[in-house]
Amino acid sequence: MADEVVLLDFWASMFGMRVRIALAEKGIKYEYKEQDVFNKGPQLLQTNPIHKKVPVLIHNGKPVCESLIIIQYIDEVWKDKSPLLPSDPYQRAHAKFWADFVDKKVYQVSKRVWTSTKGEEREAAKKDYFETFKILEGELGDKPYFGGETFGFVDLSLIPFYSWFYAIETFGEFNLEAECPKIIAWAKRCLHKEIVAKTLQDEKKVYELVGQLRKLQGLE
Amino acid sequence: MAKNDVKVLGAWPSPYVMRPRIALNIKSVNYEFLEETFGSKSELLLQSNPVHKKIPVLIHGDKPICESMIIVEYIDEVWTSGPSILPSDPYDRAIQRFWAAYVDEKWFAAMRGLRSAQGEERKAFLDQVTEGLALLEEAFGKCSKGKAFFGGDRIGLLDIAFGSFLGWLKVTEKVNGVKLLDEAKTPGLVKWAERFCADAAVKSVMPETEKLLEFSKVLAAKMKGAPPPKN
Repeated sequence: MADEVVLLDFWASMFGMRVRIALAEKGIKYEYKEQDVFNKGPQLLQTNPIHKKVPVLIHNGKPVCESLIIIQYIDEVWKDKSPLLPSDPYQRAHAKFWADFVDKKVYQVSKRVWTSTKGEEREAAKKDYFETFKILEGELGDKPYFGGETFGFVDLSLIPFYSWFYAIETFGEFNLEAECPKIIAWAKRCLHKEIVAKTLQDEKKVYELVGQLRKLQGLE
Repeated sequence: MAKNDVKVLGAWPSPYVMRPRIALNIKSVNYEFLEETFGSKSELLLQSNPVHKKIPVLIHGDKPICESMIIVEYIDEVWTSGPSILPSDPYDRAIQRFWAAYVDEKWFAAMRGLRSAQGEERKAFLDQVTEGLALLEEAFGKCSKGKAFFGGDRIGLLDIAFGSFLGWLKVTEKVNGVKLLDEAKTPGLVKWAERFCADAAVKSVMPETEKLLEFSKVLAAKMKGAPPPKN
């Protein structure tokens, strides 16, 4: 019986991009269904009633929610090729810790920057943003990837945020490469991977989206 | 394995700290429990969890592992001769992880909100907590498939994630004069809670409700002692 894999997603979602990269790494064929996150459709609401968010992976009719949980699921089901997590338990725990850090911190600090008003609020948001990325730079160290010699779970968790850097830098009025050069160097290295380059979204399109989101929130 | 090869840095009132302790008990692994002093953080804690500076930390040999649910999964993967904590089926694993994350990010956040909320805000948090319990009652029905625990015949990942909050749930019931787990509304969870607290792996680490209640008063007093927030 052929596997039926459906992904409910939104083009600009960093969380969705993670899953798209994971599916591509494993060579899994799937149906991509673009969601209108401003006007959520019945399938999304039915498959993720608790959070009502993308991405949702539907495998043979059964939904899996939460991007990092989806990626672990993909890794466990399609276990014979391209492992997404290390096999050693300590390395796995280490990778999960840092992916969890990305989830807990990076999204929030990013959002605070692009939803901030100019002045004190923005400066405070930027300070936390740089601090977060400096911690990530510390963890990266001299390694080419967070996963070591190869692109791994943490790299996968973080790289989609690259699509949002331009928007955040522009609204925040700063240059991330100046503050965190190692992160930009790491991102460019990841972009050499065809799957990553194909999955990441056009930063100017994301910038326009953030502009629209700001208007919706009365910030423009 | 030598006892001091496995250490848990923590504190007895913390539900998060209970989790790795329950997991180690399930696996019959001896460990040294290093208690942090309330109100201060030891050098060892700051050194082994420099990013979050939080308990619990598992120190295995010389390797620190942080974040309670990540620690539980690590324990399951390392000590394979003991009973499994995660189910073997990937979909069941995903469901357990999903609800464990829900308990942490949504449900307990509402429980914490209750602690200091007043009036309308308090009612809103209480509603969220109750709604969450209704969802968890439904999840229990689906996950347990008629058996004793979310994990089936034995305690599993989600039992540990949610069960570790039962002490604080009882304290919240007492302090707020409400019944959160209710035979009428959440009959499955009421029985599950009794079984969970009575389990051999849990009993020795679940704090007594009275002790926790006393501690919560100390905690509330400390929080009140903090300077009032700027309006």
